[in-house]
Amino acid sequence: MRFKKEMDYVHISKYCYTISIILTIVGVISLAVFGLNYSVDFRAGSSVDITLTQDLTEDQIHPILEGISADQGTAINPGDNRMTLRFEKVLDENQEMQLKEEITKLDAGASFEVNTVDPEMAKELARNAIYSVLISCIGIIIYVSIRFEWRFAVAAIVALLHDAFLVVAVFSIFRFEVDLTFIIAVLTIIGYSINDTIVIFDRIRENLRFAKLKTRQDLIDLVNKSVAQTIMRSIYTAVTVFIAALFLFLLGGESIRMFSLAMVIGLIFGAYSTIFIASPIWFLLKSRQKNKPAHAAS
Amino acid sequence: MKRIIAFITVVAVSTAIMVWTTPGLLNNLHLGLDLKGGFEILYEATPIEGGAKVSKESLIKTAQSLEERANKLGTSEPEVTTEGTNRIRLKLAGVTDEAEVRKQMKEPASLTFRSKDGTETADDQYNKIEMIGTDFAENGAKLEFNNMNEPLVSIKVNSKEKFAEVTQRLLGQPLAIYMNETLISAPVVQAVLTDGTASISVGGDLNEAKELRDQINLGALPLKLTEKYSQSVGATLGKQSLDSTIEAGLIASVFILIFMIGMYRVPGLIASFTLILHTWLLILVFVWADFTLTLPGIAALILGVGMAVDANIITNERIHEEMKLGKSIMSAVKAGDKHSLRTVLDSNITTIIVAVVMYWFGTGAVKGFALVLIVEIVLSILTNIYLSRFLLNLLLKAGKLLKPKYFGVKESDINAL
Repeated sequence: MRFKKEMDYVHISKYCYTISIILTIVGVISLAVFGLNYSVDFRAGSSVDITLTQDLTEDQIHPILEGISADQGTAINPGDNRMTLRFEKVLDENQEMQLKEEITKLDAGASFEVNTVDPEMAKELARNAIYSVLISCIGIIIYVSIRFEWRFAVAAIVALLHDAFLVVAVFSIFRFEVDLTFIIAVLTIIGYSINDTIVIFDRIRENLRFAKLKTRQDLIDLVNKSVAQTIMRSIYTAVTVFIAALFLFLLGGESIRMFSLAMVIGLIFGAYSTIFIASPIWFLLKSRQKNKPAHAAS
Repeated sequence: MKRIIAFITVVAVSTAIMVWTTPGLLNNLHLGLDLKGGFEILYEATPIEGGAKVSKESLIKTAQSLEERANKLGTSEPEVTTEGTNRIRLKLAGVTDEAEVRKQMKEPASLTFRSKDGTETADDQYNKIEMIGTDFAENGAKLEFNNMNEPLVSIKVNSKEKFAEVTQRLLGQPLAIYMNETLISAPVVQAVLTDGTASISVGGDLNEAKELRDQINLGALPLKLTEKYSQSVGATLGKQSLDSTIEAGLIASVFILIFMIGMYRVPGLIASFTLILHTWLLILVFVWADFTLTLPGIAALILGVGMAVDANIITNERIHEEMKLGKSIMSAVKAGDKHSLRTVLDSNITTIIVAVVMYWFGTGAVKGFALVLIVEIVLSILTNIYLSRFLLNLLLKAGKLLKPKYFGVKESDINAL
C-alpha cells in the first residue's frame, strides 16, 4: 500500500463538513418522516423464528395461523430452510404451544426461537443506552480534558456523536431493522470512534510540544503532519476490524446479523470522522484561540 | 543465548498450557441461553391486592420460591435474579414442557396454616387448610425476642374471631405453616389466642426466624407475576448460532494473523502469539469467574481482538517510523515503545470508560457485552502491550533481529542520517 500520505487534510475537511452536514440533514428528515424500522423488540408482539429441515410455503402456514386465530396482520417470511413469523399481538402460551405442535407435524425437525416483548422493556433499554452515551461523554470529557485539553474533548465528542447518529440515520434511510443488538452496536461504535480519535490527538499533542506556532498555516501544517503520521495505522486498524465485522455479518448467526451490519457501517464512519472531522474541529477551536491576541493587537 | 532460551521457554510453555487446557476450558464455559437453547422470562411483580408497594424482601422471597419450583420441575441450573424494585428474571435451560413450566411459575406464592384431618399418610403431613395467606395482616409478621433473648416471630391476623376459634379447636395440637406444598414449621398451639396476635418460637435460630417472618409477610401479600418479556431459543438454533459465529470468528482471526505477520514480520509473529494468548486468557477468566458467555459477548470478543490488534499496529507503525528516520534498530524499538505506550493506554482507557458506563446502566445483553469488553481490554493491555514488548526485547538483546527486514521495513525506505 503506497500512496501520498501528506495531503492537506484540513483543506479537504471543508468538503467533508458539507458531506457530513448533508448526511445529517437527510438523516434527521428520514428519522422525522419514516422513523426507524423497529423490530419486535420495540413493538408489542411476538416473533417466531423457525429453523426447518425442508421449505414450507405460506399456504401451509395460513391454516395453522387461522387455527390459533392469529392470522390477522401476521407477516410470514419464508426463507431457505427457515421461516420467520411476526405477530402483531403477543401470543399466549396456548397459541404458542399449538403453533409449535402444528408446525412440528409438518416438519419434525423444526427448531423454534420465540421472542415476546413488552415494548416498554425495549424502550427502557434504549433509554438506558442513551443515558449511557451521555454519561460516557461526560466521562470522556473529564478524562480527555485532564490528559489533553478541553478542545480535544469537544472535538472527540463531536466525532463520536457524528458516528453514532449517522449509523442510526443509515438504518432509518435503508429501512434496516433496529433490534436490541443495534443498541449494543451503536455503543461499540462509540467506543471505537473514541479509541481511534484519541490516537491522532495523541500525535497532535506530541507534535505540539516541539512546534513553534506563529501563523495559522503553522497550525494547519501541524494537523496535516499529525494525520499523515498516523493515517497508515488508522487505515490498518479500520481494515482489520472491518474485516472481522464483515465476516461476522456474512457468516455469523442470524441473531447478530444486524449487529454486524451496524458495526460495518459504523467502522467506516468512525475511520472517516477521525481523519476528516475530529482533527479539523480541534484545529478550528485552536485557531480561534491563536487568533484572539492577534486581533487585539491590531 | 540465555535470552533466546528464555524466549523459547515462555512461548513453548504457554503454548503447551494452552493446547493442553483449551478443550477442558471450552467444556466448562458457561453459555447463555441464546447459545445453548432454553428460555428466559422477565416478570414484573405487582401485589395481587392493589395499592401496596412491592417490598425488597417479598421480591427476593418470590424469586427464591420461583427457583425452588424450577428446581422441582427438573430444569437444569435455573437462574433467577431480581432486577430493580419489582422485576424478576428467570432463565431456564433444557425445558421439555415449556407451557407447563410457564403456568407453574406464574402461580403466586401461597401461604397456608393447616391442621390434620385424618387423611394424612405421613407424620409431617397436614391436609386441612385452616387459614390462608390473606388472613394475615400485611407486613404483620415481625421479629421479636423473648426474655431468654431467643428470636420469635410475632404474627397478626385480620380476623380475631377466626383465629380464636382455630386456636381453641387446635389447642395442644400443631398448626402447620405451609408455603405452597412445602412444610416450613409446625408450631404447637399453646393457648387460645383472642387478641389476633401470636408468637411463634422457632427454637432459637435467628436465620430461621427471619426466613419465617419473610415467608409469612410474602404469603400475606402475594405478588402477581406478569410476563414482560420472554425469549425462547430452540437448542438446535442456539447451537447453529454458536457454530456459525465461531466459524466467522476463526476465519476473521486467521485473516488478522496473516495480515500482522505479513506487515510486521517478527513483531507480527509475536503479536499473533500474544493475540492467541489473550483470547485464551479471556476464556480462562470467564470459566474461572463463572461468567456467562452470550452471543453479544462473542461478538464483543471477536471485535475486541480487532482492538487488541490495534495496540500492536500502533506500536509497530511507530517502530517503522523511527527506523525510517534512520535510528538504529535498538533505539527505534525503544523510542517506538515509549511513544506508543501512552497512545495505547489513553485510547484503551477511554474505551474502558465507555464500557464501564455500559455495564453500569445496561441490562441483559448490554451488560454481557460490556463485561466482555472490559475484561478484554484489561487483558489486552497485559498481553498485547507488556508481554509482546518483553518478548521482542528478549530477541533484540539476544542480538537477533539485526536487519530492518525482520520488521517489515525495506532498507531503501530508511533515510540515511
